Amino acid sequence: MSDAQPFSAPYIHAPTSVTRTMSLVMIALVPATLFGLYQYGWPAIFLFIITLTTAVVAEGISLRIAGKPIRPFLFDGSALLTGWLLALTLPPWAPWWIAVVGALLAIIVGKQIFGGLGQNLFNPAMVARVALLISFPLEMTLFTSPLPLGSASAPGMIEGLLITLGLGTTPDAITSATILGHFQTELGRGVSVDQIATTTDSIWQLSWGSISGSMGETSALLLLAGGLFLLWQRIITWHIPLAMLSTLFLSAALFHWLDPTHYISPLTHLLSGAAILGAFFIATDLVTSPVSIRGQIVFGIGCGLLTFIIRTWASYPEGVAFAVMLMNSLTPLLDHYLKPRVYGRDRKGVPIQYGEQEENR
Amino acid sequence: MGLTFGFKLFPVRGGVHPEDRKQLSASAAIEALPMPSLLHIPLQQHIGAPAEPLVQRGDTVKKGQILARNQGMISAPVHAPTSGRVMGIGGFPAHHASGLSVRTITLKPDGLEEWHESITPEADPFALSPDEIAQRVAAAGIVGMGGATFPSAVKLNLRKRYTLKALVINGAECEPYLTCDDRLMREHSEQVRDGVRLMAQALGVETILFAIEKNKPEAIAAMSEAAAALPHFKVIALPTRYPMGSEKHLVQALTGKETPARGLTADIGIVVHNVATAKAVHDALFLGQPLISRVMTISGGAIKEPRNLLVPLGTPVADLIRACQGFTEEPVRIVSGGPMMGQPLPSTRVPVIKGSNGLLALSAAEVSEKSEMPCIRCASCVSACPCGLVPLEMAATIRNGSLDNSVHLGLLDCIACGSCSFVCPANIPLVQYFNFAKGELASRQRMQHKQGETKRLAEARTARMEEMKRAKKEALLKRKREMEEKKRAEKAQQEQEAQQSKQTETVSTGSAVA
Ligand code: SF4
Ligand code: SF4
Repeated sequence: MSDAQPFSAPYIHAPTSVTRTMSLVMIALVPATLFGLYQYGWPAIFLFIITLTTAVVAEGISLRIAGKPIRPFLFDGSALLTGWLLALTLPPWAPWWIAVVGALLAIIVGKQIFGGLGQNLFNPAMVARVALLISFPLEMTLFTSPLPLGSASAPGMIEGLLITLGLGTTPDAITSATILGHFQTELGRGVSVDQIATTTDSIWQLSWGSISGSMGETSALLLLAGGLFLLWQRIITWHIPLAMLSTLFLSAALFHWLDPTHYISPLTHLLSGAAILGAFFIATDLVTSPVSIRGQIVFGIGCGLLTFIIRTWASYPEGVAFAVMLMNSLTPLLDHYLKPRVYGRDRKGVPIQYGEQEENR
Repeated sequence: MGLTFGFKLFPVRGGVHPEDRKQLSASAAIEALPMPSLLHIPLQQHIGAPAEPLVQRGDTVKKGQILARNQGMISAPVHAPTSGRVMGIGGFPAHHASGLSVRTITLKPDGLEEWHESITPEADPFALSPDEIAQRVAAAGIVGMGGATFPSAVKLNLRKRYTLKALVINGAECEPYLTCDDRLMREHSEQVRDGVRLMAQALGVETILFAIEKNKPEAIAAMSEAAAALPHFKVIALPTRYPMGSEKHLVQALTGKETPARGLTADIGIVVHNVATAKAVHDALFLGQPLISRVMTISGGAIKEPRNLLVPLGTPVADLIRACQGFTEEPVRIVSGGPMMGQPLPSTRVPVIKGSNGLLALSAAEVSEKSEMPCIRCASCVSACPCGLVPLEMAATIRNGSLDNSVHLGLLDCIACGSCSFVCPANIPLVQYFNFAKGELASRQRMQHKQGETKRLAEARTARMEEMKRAKKEALLKRKREMEEKKRAEKAQQEQEAQQSKQTETVSTGSAVA
């Protein structure tokens, strides 16, 4: 019955489309991405291009195999966005095959196997990230200190290409742990939070993002700006980001207050790792998050809490990807149980009844 | 009391902000359409039973004369929009997407515009009792003119079954393009006001809440001025948001109360009427004129000169387009009503009816016909839905063919406002799914009813047959008995006769011998 021409009203339509939605998300990612590419130089640029290209090619091939029309689906921007998000979570100097394997995993395993656009249970970029992290722990945790384009020791274009191709040598001095990784190692050695903090980056560095980390995760401020842009454009609502970040902050604050020597400060939690990227761009992924407001709030709280738990007690220093995926698996359940209340009915679906005595207006 | 500042409005969920496009026709004053050469007046222009014709082919009728009377409680009579001759009563394409043929009176105007003698003004309608007002509204054939076409008198009689507190007049006109109510309020504010007061009197309520969306400042000003001296007549400016004019949501915005599901606004003490209906009530009670014409907005990007016209009922839609100088380009869609909830018209032959508030000829640029994509679960439809439904899920269950599940999800609570389809980035025709499912359910119900009916009839028939069989058998037996009796009687008689003749024979023979 869904023939080309709908005969039912409405006959007018808001200026929305899938492509527009995806494009706006990508626009929101531009500042943080540009900053990341600048800060980690040519290897990052190559890795970024390889990830996005592979994602789009994989999408095209999958569509052909599935016998779906290629044009509308390839240009809806969803594959590009998935590739983009994945690229932002990769170590910037990772070898090319990490990008290729990741993008293939994201598009094929994360999305097309479920039936394509709108059908996947898990965020495709997070499926790839987690799979890569488990399969290639070494490559996925080898981070680089910022070496901005044009700075003295930054690799040139050719050198950068060699690094991405895995032929160049990464000088030892340049690799460094992320702040969360650093905390975890040091805390494991019995050093107190205060002492470690003296050796890590300042809050300002964390906010701005001039630290070692994934390609596009480091700049909390630029990501926040992108997130606010999405809120303003009404692509996402405030419920998931706010619920997630405040839960992460409050649980971190509670433990930090109880035992400041063993628990990282809440601000560090918010500003490091994938917290901001996750809250505004990954947990809010439309396809894999709940559709009702109450569902979104519970989902956000769950993401925040799980992120904190994984970061603090699990063996991985970063937990956003795992947390979001775990909550993704609950999305159908949340959607089923936390529906909006229907007009004229109570929460149980029974028509509202008013008592005999009503106040007059 | 006029414009009420600081009237506390209550929040209403959902809604969308379509571009209102009212500027196309908002500045065009209402003008009367010249009488068309032929009128096609359907017998059913309202919800309920069709009217029953009182005239025949060849009759001459006067303007305002009753052509067909109401049948039953929920029905409305139909009157002659002008004087002329009845050319026939027969099937004609309906003012409906289906274009199915419905019983229609065809009238050829004689151009004399002679009023029927029954049309007399009333000196002081306010002296009438509530019952008299309702009765005259019924006799004038007035129905909800916002498009619902529910007989207005039935709604005025709600006082008998409910405790009512206020009359709400719906001047929201939240559908884009439409400006007919706006023009009525601006040009006939006093008549609208008096119609409203009469309705309040019929309902037995004092409080009148006259709600107008803020995008019609002139209408708000005009109504406020007209109502300035009336203490219980409050003019309220509503925020501009679709679907503010949905009856139940309007009442919620004004009172903070939701109408119980499957109930009426009267359940919470409110009756809602439309602006054009109020004007019709005025005309019926003050002037004695039945509902024979209405104001319509003819607009859309493909219309050369958008206008607001006073149109005799039964006018072919093509005449309206001609009166607006035709098309600038071939329209992709001709719509009756507004673009959010209107109906597509199959042809321009169909006539104007009591519920027609607008005729839109939409150009390709206005009608989006982008291709449908899979749902990306963006939840835009969920936040747009004023009824708290989850449109994406209802559509998915309907697509999977499980109608019962969609009902469970609230299909029957959907008011078909179109907000969800309007915002959907994947261009999924959600309302189309819902309408399809509602239609299926209705026909399934009819089927069930029919099946029940068939079963009942079959049973009755079997019983009848049995009865007949029994009767037949009895009759047969009776006949048999009778026959036997008769036979026996005959036999006896024969024997008797035989004996008698023997005797006579003997006698005669004897005598003969002797
Ligand atoms: S058409 Fe129905 S489901 Fe869609 S927004 Fe309106 S009430 Fe909600
Ligand atoms: S608006 Fe359309 S795409 Fe978005 S959730 Fe609803 S049906 Fe799906």
